[in-house]
Amino acid sequence: MIEVKNIKKSFADKVVIEDVSATMKAGQCNLIIGTSGSGKTVLMKCMVGLFEPDEGEVLYSGESFTRMNRNDKTEIRKQIGMLFQGSALFDSLTVQENVMFPLNMFTPWPVKKKLERVNEVLNRVNLKDTNKKFPAELSGGMKKRVGIARAIVLNPKYLFCDEPNSGLDPQTSLVIDKLIREITLEYNITTVVNTHDMNSVMEVGNYILYMYQGKKEWEGSNKEIIFSKNQRLNEFIFASEFLKDAKEMRMLEETGRMPNDRNIDDMIK
Amino acid sequence: MYWKEFIHQCSEIGIGSLGIVVIISIFMGAVSTVQTAYQLVSPLIPLTVIAQVVRDTVILEFAPTLVCIVLAGVVGSKIASELGNMRVSEQIDALEIMGINTKTYLVLPKIIAALVVIPMLVVIAGVLGIWGGRLAGTMTNIIPASTFDQGLLDAFSPYNVVFALYKAYSFAFIISSIPAYFGYYVKGGALEIGRASTKAVVISCIMILFADYILAALLL
Repeated sequence: MIEVKNIKKSFADKVVIEDVSATMKAGQCNLIIGTSGSGKTVLMKCMVGLFEPDEGEVLYSGESFTRMNRNDKTEIRKQIGMLFQGSALFDSLTVQENVMFPLNMFTPWPVKKKLERVNEVLNRVNLKDTNKKFPAELSGGMKKRVGIARAIVLNPKYLFCDEPNSGLDPQTSLVIDKLIREITLEYNITTVVNTHDMNSVMEVGNYILYMYQGKKEWEGSNKEIIFSKNQRLNEFIFASEFLKDAKEMRMLEETGRMPNDRNIDDMIK
Repeated sequence: MYWKEFIHQCSEIGIGSLGIVVIISIFMGAVSTVQTAYQLVSPLIPLTVIAQVVRDTVILEFAPTLVCIVLAGVVGSKIASELGNMRVSEQIDALEIMGINTKTYLVLPKIIAALVVIPMLVVIAGVLGIWGGRLAGTMTNIIPASTFDQGLLDAFSPYNVVFALYKAYSFAFIISSIPAYFGYYVKGGALEIGRASTKAVVISCIMILFADYILAALLL
Protein backbone atom coordinates (compact mmCIF):
# COMPACT_ATOMS: atom_id res chain seq x y z
CA MET A 1 0.00 0.00 0.00
CA ILE A 2 1.22 3.50 -0.84
CA GLU A 3 -0.09 6.44 1.12
CA VAL A 4 0.25 10.05 0.06
CA LYS A 5 -0.31 12.50 2.91
CA ASN A 6 -0.90 16.22 2.42
CA ILE A 7 1.61 16.55 -0.41
CA LYS A 8 2.41 20.07 -1.55
CA LYS A 9 4.85 20.90 -4.32
CA SER A 10 5.74 24.24 -5.90
CA PHE A 11 8.15 25.30 -8.62
CA ALA A 12 9.29 28.88 -7.98
CA ASP A 13 6.06 30.73 -7.15
CA LYS A 14 3.77 28.28 -8.94
CA VAL A 15 1.98 25.79 -6.72
CA VAL A 16 1.64 22.57 -8.75
CA ILE A 17 0.24 20.25 -6.08
CA GLU A 18 -1.71 21.50 -3.11
CA ASP A 19 -2.51 19.32 -0.13
CA VAL A 20 -3.16 16.04 -1.93
CA SER A 21 -3.79 12.90 0.13
CA ALA A 22 -4.61 9.46 -1.26
CA THR A 23 -4.19 5.77 -0.55
CA MET A 24 -3.07 3.51 -3.40
CA LYS A 25 -4.54 0.07 -2.81
CA ALA A 26 -2.17 -2.87 -2.53
CA GLY A 27 -2.24 -5.41 -5.37
CA GLN A 28 -4.56 -3.28 -7.50
CA CYS A 29 -4.48 -0.80 -10.37
CA ASN A 30 -4.60 2.73 -9.05
CA LEU A 31 -5.12 5.54 -11.53
CA ILE A 32 -4.24 9.20 -11.31
CA ILE A 33 -6.25 11.10 -13.90
CA GLY A 34 -6.68 14.72 -14.85
CA THR A 35 -6.18 17.24 -17.62
CA SER A 36 -2.71 18.22 -18.82
CA GLY A 37 -1.05 20.43 -16.23
CA SER A 38 -3.20 19.16 -13.37
CA GLY A 39 -0.14 17.85 -11.51
CA LYS A 40 -0.44 14.10 -12.20
CA THR A 41 3.16 13.57 -13.29
CA VAL A 42 4.55 15.77 -10.51
CA LEU A 43 2.54 13.79 -7.96
CA MET A 44 3.88 10.53 -9.37
CA LYS A 45 7.45 11.87 -9.36
CA CYS A 46 6.97 12.91 -5.71
CA MET A 47 5.78 9.37 -4.97
CA VAL A 48 8.86 7.73 -6.48
CA GLY A 49 11.23 10.32 -5.04
CA LEU A 50 12.30 12.08 -8.23
CA PHE A 51 10.90 15.29 -6.69
CA GLU A 52 11.06 16.18 -3.00
CA PRO A 53 7.65 17.42 -1.82
CA ASP A 54 7.68 20.81 -0.07
CA GLU A 55 5.26 19.50 2.54
CA GLY A 56 3.64 16.16 3.36
CA GLU A 57 5.01 12.67 3.00
CA VAL A 58 4.77 9.45 0.99
CA LEU A 59 4.55 6.15 2.87
CA TYR A 60 5.37 2.71 1.46
CA SER A 61 3.77 -0.03 3.60
CA GLY A 62 3.56 2.46 6.48
CA GLU A 63 7.19 3.64 6.24
CA SER A 64 7.83 7.27 5.40
CA PHE A 65 9.74 7.30 2.12
CA THR A 66 10.11 11.09 2.24
CA ARG A 67 11.98 11.02 5.57
CA MET A 68 14.19 8.02 4.83
CA ASN A 69 17.94 8.36 4.42
CA ARG A 70 19.52 7.72 1.02
CA ASN A 71 20.36 4.06 1.69
CA ASP A 72 16.84 3.18 2.86
CA LYS A 73 15.39 5.01 -0.13
CA THR A 74 17.63 2.95 -2.41
CA GLU A 75 16.26 -0.23 -0.83
CA ILE A 76 12.66 0.88 -1.49
CA ARG A 77 13.58 1.91 -5.03
CA LYS A 78 14.80 -1.60 -5.74
CA GLN A 79 11.18 -2.66 -5.14
CA ILE A 80 9.88 -0.09 -7.62
CA GLY A 81 9.51 -0.52 -11.37
CA MET A 82 8.59 2.40 -13.57
CA LEU A 83 7.38 2.74 -17.12
CA PHE A 84 8.10 6.23 -18.44
CA GLN A 85 6.02 8.21 -20.90
CA GLY A 86 8.75 7.98 -23.56
CA SER A 87 9.78 4.49 -22.37
CA ALA A 88 13.26 5.82 -21.34
CA LEU A 89 15.07 2.85 -22.84
CA PHE A 90 18.85 3.12 -23.07
CA ASP A 91 19.47 3.92 -26.75
CA SER A 92 22.89 2.29 -26.97
CA LEU A 93 21.72 -1.04 -25.51
CA THR A 94 19.74 -3.79 -27.21
CA VAL A 95 16.35 -4.91 -25.93
CA GLN A 96 18.00 -7.81 -24.12
CA GLU A 97 20.63 -5.55 -22.52
CA ASN A 98 17.98 -3.01 -21.52
CA VAL A 99 15.92 -5.65 -19.72
CA MET A 100 19.02 -7.28 -18.23
CA PHE A 101 20.34 -3.96 -16.93
CA PRO A 102 18.62 -4.08 -13.48
CA LEU A 103 19.70 -7.73 -13.12
CA ASN A 104 23.32 -6.78 -13.85
CA MET A 105 23.12 -4.04 -11.26
CA PHE A 106 21.39 -5.83 -8.42
CA THR A 107 21.78 -9.59 -8.74
CA PRO A 108 24.84 -11.84 -8.47
CA TRP A 109 23.20 -14.31 -10.89
CA PRO A 110 25.23 -16.03 -13.62
CA VAL A 111 24.63 -14.83 -17.18
CA LYS A 112 22.60 -17.92 -18.08
CA LYS A 113 20.11 -17.35 -15.28
CA LYS A 114 19.82 -13.65 -16.14
CA LEU A 115 19.17 -14.55 -19.76
CA GLU A 116 16.44 -17.00 -18.76
CA ARG A 117 14.76 -14.30 -16.66
CA VAL A 118 15.03 -11.77 -19.50
CA ASN A 119 13.43 -14.19 -21.96
CA GLU A 120 10.72 -15.01 -19.43
CA VAL A 121 9.64 -11.38 -19.00
CA LEU A 122 9.99 -10.62 -22.70
CA ASN A 123 7.71 -13.57 -23.44
CA ARG A 124 5.33 -12.29 -20.76
CA VAL A 125 4.97 -8.96 -22.58
CA ASN A 126 4.58 -10.85 -25.88
CA LEU A 127 7.92 -9.80 -27.33
CA LYS A 128 9.77 -12.62 -28.97
CA ASP A 129 12.77 -12.45 -31.32
CA THR A 130 13.47 -8.85 -30.42
CA ASN A 131 16.40 -9.51 -28.06
CA LYS A 132 19.04 -8.21 -30.42
CA LYS A 133 17.11 -5.19 -31.66
CA PHE A 134 17.89 -1.64 -30.58
CA PRO A 135 15.16 0.72 -29.26
CA ALA A 136 15.34 2.77 -32.48
CA GLU A 137 14.17 -0.31 -34.42
CA LEU A 138 11.01 -0.78 -32.33
CA SER A 139 7.51 0.66 -32.67
CA GLY A 140 6.02 2.81 -29.89
CA GLY A 141 3.97 -0.08 -28.50
CA MET A 142 6.97 -2.42 -28.52
CA LYS A 143 9.08 0.17 -26.68
CA LYS A 144 6.38 0.41 -24.00
CA ARG A 145 6.36 -3.37 -23.65
CA VAL A 146 10.15 -3.46 -23.32
CA GLY A 147 9.78 -0.70 -20.70
CA ILE A 148 7.27 -2.87 -18.82
CA ALA A 149 9.55 -5.91 -19.11
CA ARG A 150 12.46 -3.89 -17.68
CA ALA A 151 10.22 -2.57 -14.90
CA ILE A 152 9.08 -6.03 -13.77
CA VAL A 153 12.30 -7.99 -14.29
CA LEU A 154 13.29 -7.67 -10.62
CA ASN A 155 9.80 -8.69 -9.40
CA PRO A 156 8.95 -5.27 -7.95
CA LYS A 157 6.27 -4.70 -5.31
CA TYR A 158 5.27 -1.39 -6.88
CA LEU A 159 4.82 -0.50 -10.56
CA PHE A 160 4.44 3.09 -11.73
CA CYS A 161 3.31 3.85 -15.28
CA ASP A 162 3.47 7.43 -16.54
CA GLU A 163 0.97 7.81 -19.38
CA PRO A 164 1.49 4.30 -20.78
CA ASN A 165 -0.86 4.93 -23.71
CA SER A 166 0.49 8.25 -24.91
CA GLY A 167 1.30 8.19 -28.61
CA LEU A 168 -0.26 4.77 -29.17
CA ASP A 169 -3.17 3.79 -31.39
CA PRO A 170 -6.38 2.64 -29.63
CA GLN A 171 -5.74 -1.05 -30.36
CA THR A 172 -2.17 -0.98 -28.99
CA SER A 173 -3.46 1.04 -26.01
CA LEU A 174 -5.85 -1.79 -25.24
CA VAL A 175 -2.98 -4.30 -25.38
CA ILE A 176 -0.91 -2.20 -22.95
CA ASP A 177 -3.90 -1.71 -20.59
CA LYS A 178 -4.58 -5.44 -20.62
CA LEU A 179 -0.92 -6.20 -19.97
CA ILE A 180 -0.72 -3.79 -17.02
CA ARG A 181 -3.91 -5.23 -15.50
CA GLU A 182 -2.74 -8.83 -15.95
CA ILE A 183 0.74 -8.17 -14.57
CA THR A 184 -0.74 -6.37 -11.55
CA LEU A 185 -2.87 -9.39 -10.67
CA GLU A 186 -0.33 -12.04 -11.65
CA TYR A 187 2.59 -10.62 -9.66
CA ASN A 188 0.39 -9.01 -6.95
CA ILE A 189 1.94 -5.61 -7.65
CA THR A 190 0.61 -2.29 -6.40
CA THR A 191 0.31 -0.40 -9.68
CA VAL A 192 -0.07 3.34 -10.07
CA VAL A 193 -0.98 4.57 -13.56
CA ASN A 194 -0.98 8.19 -14.58
CA THR A 195 -3.28 8.59 -17.58
CA HIS A 196 -5.93 10.53 -19.37
CA ASP A 197 -6.97 7.62 -21.53
CA MET A 198 -10.66 6.95 -20.95
CA ASN A 199 -10.43 3.29 -21.82
CA SER A 200 -7.78 2.81 -19.11
CA VAL A 201 -10.03 4.58 -16.62
CA MET A 202 -12.98 2.31 -17.31
CA GLU A 203 -11.05 -0.93 -17.77
CA VAL A 204 -8.23 -0.98 -15.24
CA GLY A 205 -9.09 1.60 -12.58
CA ASN A 206 -9.68 -0.20 -9.25
CA TYR A 207 -9.00 3.10 -7.53
CA ILE A 208 -9.14 6.43 -9.36
CA LEU A 209 -7.82 9.77 -8.15
CA TYR A 210 -9.00 12.72 -10.23
CA MET A 211 -6.85 15.83 -9.99
CA TYR A 212 -7.91 19.31 -10.99
CA GLN A 213 -5.47 22.24 -10.94
CA GLY A 214 -3.17 20.52 -8.46
CA LYS A 215 -5.88 19.47 -6.01
CA LYS A 216 -7.70 16.22 -5.40
CA GLU A 217 -11.12 16.71 -6.93
CA TRP A 218 -12.59 13.22 -6.71
CA GLU A 219 -11.66 9.65 -5.78
CA GLY A 220 -13.42 6.34 -6.23
CA SER A 221 -13.54 3.23 -8.39
CA ASN A 222 -14.35 2.70 -12.08
CA LYS A 223 -17.76 1.47 -10.99
CA GLU A 224 -18.45 4.62 -9.01
CA ILE A 225 -17.12 7.05 -11.61
CA ILE A 226 -20.08 6.61 -13.95
CA PHE A 227 -22.49 7.58 -11.17
CA SER A 228 -20.43 10.56 -10.03
CA LYS A 229 -22.22 13.89 -9.89
CA ASN A 230 -18.95 15.83 -9.87
CA GLN A 231 -19.35 18.28 -12.74
CA ARG A 232 -15.63 18.81 -13.42
CA LEU A 233 -15.03 15.07 -13.46
CA ASN A 234 -17.94 14.46 -15.81
CA GLU A 235 -16.78 17.24 -18.12
CA PHE A 236 -13.31 15.67 -18.21
CA ILE A 237 -14.25 12.01 -18.49
CA PHE A 238 -17.35 12.17 -20.63
CA ALA A 239 -16.31 15.08 -22.82
CA SER A 240 -17.87 13.90 -26.11
CA GLU A 241 -21.40 12.79 -26.99
CA PHE A 242 -20.01 9.36 -27.78
CA LEU A 243 -18.53 9.01 -24.29
CA LYS A 244 -21.74 10.35 -22.71
CA ASP A 245 -23.65 7.62 -24.52
CA ALA A 246 -21.07 5.04 -23.45
CA LYS A 247 -21.54 6.18 -19.86
CA GLU A 248 -25.30 5.78 -20.11
CA MET A 249 -24.91 2.34 -21.61
CA ARG A 250 -22.66 1.35 -18.73
CA MET A 251 -25.22 2.74 -16.27
CA LEU A 252 -27.87 0.69 -18.01
CA GLU A 253 -25.70 -2.38 -17.58
CA GLU A 254 -25.12 -1.67 -13.91
CA THR A 255 -28.64 -0.59 -12.86
CA GLY A 256 -30.91 -2.08 -15.49
CA ARG A 257 -32.50 1.28 -16.32
CA MET A 258 -31.64 4.33 -18.38
CA PRO A 259 -30.59 7.51 -16.56
CA ASN A 260 -32.83 10.57 -16.89
CA ASP A 261 -35.60 8.37 -18.36
CA ARG A 262 -33.94 8.38 -21.81
CA ASN A 263 -35.17 5.95 -24.39
CA ILE A 264 -32.66 3.32 -25.51
CA ASP A 265 -33.98 3.57 -29.10
CA ASP A 266 -33.00 7.27 -29.22
CA MET A 267 -29.45 6.35 -28.31
CA ILE A 268 -29.22 3.60 -30.91
CA LYS A 269 -30.31 6.05 -33.63
CA MET B 1 32.85 2.77 -8.60
CA TYR B 2 31.46 1.10 -11.73
CA TRP B 3 34.57 -0.47 -13.31
CA LYS B 4 32.87 -1.66 -16.49
CA GLU B 5 31.61 1.84 -17.18
CA PHE B 6 35.06 3.24 -16.31
CA ILE B 7 36.76 0.96 -18.86
CA HIS B 8 34.11 1.85 -21.43
CA GLN B 9 34.76 5.56 -20.87
CA CYS B 10 38.54 5.06 -21.07
CA SER B 11 37.98 3.48 -24.47
CA GLU B 12 35.52 6.19 -25.58
CA ILE B 13 37.72 9.09 -24.52
CA GLY B 14 41.11 7.54 -25.25
CA ILE B 15 40.66 5.43 -28.37
CA GLY B 16 37.90 7.71 -29.63
CA SER B 17 40.17 10.76 -29.59
CA LEU B 18 43.43 9.09 -30.61
CA GLY B 19 43.02 9.75 -34.37
CA ILE B 20 42.54 13.50 -34.05
CA VAL B 21 45.34 13.74 -31.45
CA VAL B 22 47.78 11.95 -33.77
CA ILE B 23 46.97 14.18 -36.73
CA ILE B 24 47.11 17.43 -34.75
CA SER B 25 50.35 16.49 -33.00
CA ILE B 26 52.29 15.59 -36.13
CA PHE B 27 51.25 18.73 -37.99
CA MET B 28 51.76 20.91 -34.91
CA GLY B 29 55.37 19.69 -34.58
CA ALA B 30 55.99 19.99 -38.31
CA VAL B 31 54.74 23.58 -38.46
CA SER B 32 56.80 24.45 -35.37
CA THR B 33 60.00 23.29 -37.05
CA VAL B 34 59.31 25.12 -40.30
CA GLN B 35 58.29 28.38 -38.60
CA THR B 36 61.14 28.31 -36.07
CA ALA B 37 63.65 27.78 -38.87
CA TYR B 38 62.03 30.67 -40.80
CA GLN B 39 62.58 33.01 -37.84
CA LEU B 40 66.12 31.88 -36.95
CA VAL B 41 67.94 33.46 -39.90
CA SER B 42 71.18 34.39 -38.12
CA PRO B 43 74.17 32.20 -39.03
CA LEU B 44 75.37 32.65 -35.43
CA ILE B 45 72.54 30.52 -34.06
CA PRO B 46 73.24 26.80 -34.40
CA LEU B 47 70.61 24.58 -36.08
CA THR B 48 70.24 22.52 -32.90
CA VAL B 49 68.34 25.47 -31.43
CA ILE B 50 65.46 24.67 -33.79
CA ALA B 51 65.11 21.25 -32.19
CA GLN B 52 65.30 22.74 -28.69
CA VAL B 53 62.64 25.32 -29.47
CA VAL B 54 60.37 22.69 -31.05
CA ARG B 55 60.91 20.29 -28.11
CA ASP B 56 60.17 22.87 -25.41
CA THR B 57 57.24 24.44 -27.27
CA VAL B 58 55.62 21.08 -27.88
CA ILE B 59 56.17 19.78 -24.34
CA LEU B 60 55.32 22.97 -22.49
CA GLU B 61 52.43 24.32 -24.51
CA PHE B 62 51.32 22.58 -27.67
CA ALA B 63 50.91 19.02 -26.38
CA PRO B 64 49.03 19.81 -23.18
CA THR B 65 47.16 23.01 -24.03
CA LEU B 66 46.40 22.78 -27.73
CA VAL B 67 45.51 19.10 -27.58
CA CYS B 68 43.29 19.66 -24.53
CA ILE B 69 41.48 22.53 -26.22
CA VAL B 70 40.75 20.21 -29.13
CA LEU B 71 39.70 17.48 -26.68
CA ALA B 72 37.39 19.97 -24.95
CA GLY B 73 35.54 20.14 -28.26
CA VAL B 74 35.65 16.44 -29.08
CA VAL B 75 35.18 14.88 -25.63
CA GLY B 76 33.39 17.77 -23.92
CA SER B 77 30.61 18.06 -26.48
CA LYS B 78 30.17 14.28 -26.44
CA ILE B 79 29.86 14.14 -22.64
CA ALA B 80 27.46 17.10 -22.50
CA SER B 81 25.22 15.85 -25.31
CA GLU B 82 25.21 12.24 -24.06
CA LEU B 83 24.18 13.23 -20.52
CA GLY B 84 21.81 15.90 -21.83
CA ASN B 85 20.05 13.40 -24.06
CA MET B 86 19.79 10.94 -21.18
CA ARG B 87 18.29 13.65 -18.96
CA VAL B 88 15.76 14.84 -21.55
CA SER B 89 14.65 11.31 -22.50
CA GLU B 90 14.21 10.41 -18.80
CA GLN B 91 16.97 7.76 -18.91
CA ILE B 92 18.63 9.38 -15.87
CA ASP B 93 15.28 9.30 -14.04
CA ALA B 94 14.95 5.61 -14.97
CA LEU B 95 18.37 4.92 -13.40
CA GLU B 96 17.41 6.88 -10.27
CA ILE B 97 14.19 4.87 -9.94
CA MET B 98 16.23 1.67 -10.09
CA GLY B 99 18.13 2.91 -7.04
CA ILE B 100 21.33 3.71 -8.93
CA ASN B 101 23.32 6.78 -7.89
CA THR B 102 23.45 8.43 -11.30
CA LYS B 103 26.30 10.79 -10.45
CA THR B 104 28.45 7.82 -9.41
CA TYR B 105 27.35 5.72 -12.38
CA LEU B 106 27.37 8.32 -15.14
CA VAL B 107 29.60 11.21 -14.11
CA LEU B 108 32.36 9.76 -11.92
CA PRO B 109 33.62 7.15 -14.44
CA LYS B 110 33.87 9.88 -17.09
CA ILE B 111 35.94 12.16 -14.84
CA ILE B 112 38.24 9.38 -13.64
CA ALA B 113 38.62 7.98 -17.16
CA ALA B 114 39.55 11.46 -18.42
CA LEU B 115 42.10 11.84 -15.61
CA VAL B 116 43.69 8.52 -16.59
CA VAL B 117 43.53 8.74 -20.36
CA ILE B 118 44.05 12.42 -21.22
CA PRO B 119 47.57 12.62 -19.69
CA MET B 120 48.41 9.56 -21.79
CA LEU B 121 47.13 11.34 -24.90
CA VAL B 122 49.21 14.39 -23.98
CA VAL B 123 52.34 12.23 -23.70
CA ILE B 124 51.56 10.66 -27.08
CA ALA B 125 50.96 14.14 -28.52
CA GLY B 126 54.33 15.32 -27.19
CA VAL B 127 56.22 12.39 -28.69
CA LEU B 128 54.42 12.62 -32.02
CA GLY B 129 54.77 16.41 -32.10
CA ILE B 130 58.55 16.19 -31.75
CA TRP B 131 58.66 13.36 -34.28
CA GLY B 132 56.55 15.41 -36.68
CA GLY B 133 58.98 18.30 -36.28
CA ARG B 134 61.94 16.03 -36.98
CA LEU B 135 60.22 14.58 -40.02
CA ALA B 136 59.38 18.01 -41.45
CA GLY B 137 62.91 19.24 -40.76
CA THR B 138 64.56 16.37 -42.59
CA MET B 139 62.05 16.22 -45.45
CA THR B 140 62.47 19.94 -46.23
CA ASN B 141 66.24 19.88 -45.66
CA ILE B 142 65.93 22.50 -42.93
CA ILE B 143 67.82 20.43 -40.39
CA PRO B 144 69.50 17.00 -40.65
CA ALA B 145 68.07 14.24 -38.47
CA SER B 146 71.28 13.83 -36.48
CA THR B 147 71.44 17.58 -35.71
CA PHE B 148 67.80 17.54 -34.67
CA ASP B 149 68.44 14.59 -32.35
CA GLN B 150 71.42 16.35 -30.85
CA GLY B 151 69.32 19.47 -30.28
CA LEU B 152 66.66 17.46 -28.53
CA LEU B 153 69.17 16.36 -25.91
CA ASP B 154 70.73 19.80 -25.38
CA ALA B 155 69.66 21.54 -22.15
CA PHE B 156 66.75 19.21 -21.66
CA SER B 157 64.86 19.81 -18.42
CA PRO B 158 62.82 16.78 -17.23
CA TYR B 159 60.74 19.18 -15.09
CA ASN B 160 59.10 20.41 -18.31
CA VAL B 161 57.55 16.96 -18.75
CA VAL B 162 56.32 16.99 -15.13
CA PHE B 163 54.88 20.45 -15.69
CA ALA B 164 53.13 19.24 -18.86
CA LEU B 165 51.57 16.41 -16.85
CA TYR B 166 50.38 18.84 -14.15
CA LYS B 167 48.66 20.74 -16.92
CA ALA B 168 47.25 17.56 -18.45
CA TYR B 169 45.65 16.45 -15.15
CA SER B 170 44.18 19.91 -14.52
CA PHE B 171 42.80 20.20 -18.05
CA ALA B 172 41.45 16.63 -17.96
CA PHE B 173 39.37 17.52 -14.91
CA ILE B 174 38.07 20.66 -16.63
CA ILE B 175 37.29 18.82 -19.89
CA SER B 176 35.24 16.14 -18.11
CA SER B 177 33.60 17.93 -15.18
CA ILE B 178 32.29 21.10 -16.85
CA PRO B 179 30.50 19.31 -19.75
CA ALA B 180 29.21 16.68 -17.31
CA TYR B 181 27.67 19.45 -15.19
CA PHE B 182 26.03 21.17 -18.17
CA GLY B 183 24.76 17.89 -19.61
CA TYR B 184 23.51 16.44 -16.33
CA TYR B 185 21.47 19.51 -15.40
CA VAL B 186 20.08 20.31 -18.84
CA LYS B 187 16.36 21.18 -18.96
CA GLY B 188 14.13 21.22 -22.00
CA GLY B 189 14.56 19.46 -25.33
CA ALA B 190 16.88 18.95 -28.28
CA LEU B 191 17.61 22.67 -28.64
CA GLU B 192 18.72 22.94 -25.02
CA ILE B 193 21.02 19.91 -25.41
CA GLY B 194 22.78 21.70 -28.29
CA ARG B 195 23.03 24.92 -26.27
CA ALA B 196 24.36 23.08 -23.23
CA SER B 197 26.93 21.31 -25.37
CA THR B 198 28.16 24.56 -26.95
CA LYS B 199 28.23 26.34 -23.60
CA ALA B 200 30.16 23.46 -22.03
CA VAL B 201 32.83 23.55 -24.77
CA VAL B 202 33.20 27.34 -24.68
CA ILE B 203 33.48 27.48 -20.88
CA SER B 204 35.87 24.50 -20.83
CA CYS B 205 38.15 26.22 -23.37
CA ILE B 206 38.16 29.48 -21.40
CA MET B 207 38.86 27.59 -18.16
CA ILE B 208 41.72 25.69 -19.83
CA LEU B 209 43.36 28.95 -20.96
CA PHE B 210 42.81 30.47 -17.54
CA ALA B 211 44.25 27.41 -15.75
CA ASP B 212 47.13 27.39 -18.25
CA TYR B 213 48.15 30.89 -17.19
CA ILE B 214 47.71 30.20 -13.45
CA LEU B 215 49.80 27.00 -13.65
CA ALA B 216 52.53 28.71 -15.67
CA ALA B 217 52.66 31.62 -13.23
CA LEU B 218 52.77 29.33 -10.22
CA LEU B 219 55.00 26.47 -11.36
CA LEU B 220 57.54 27.94 -13.80
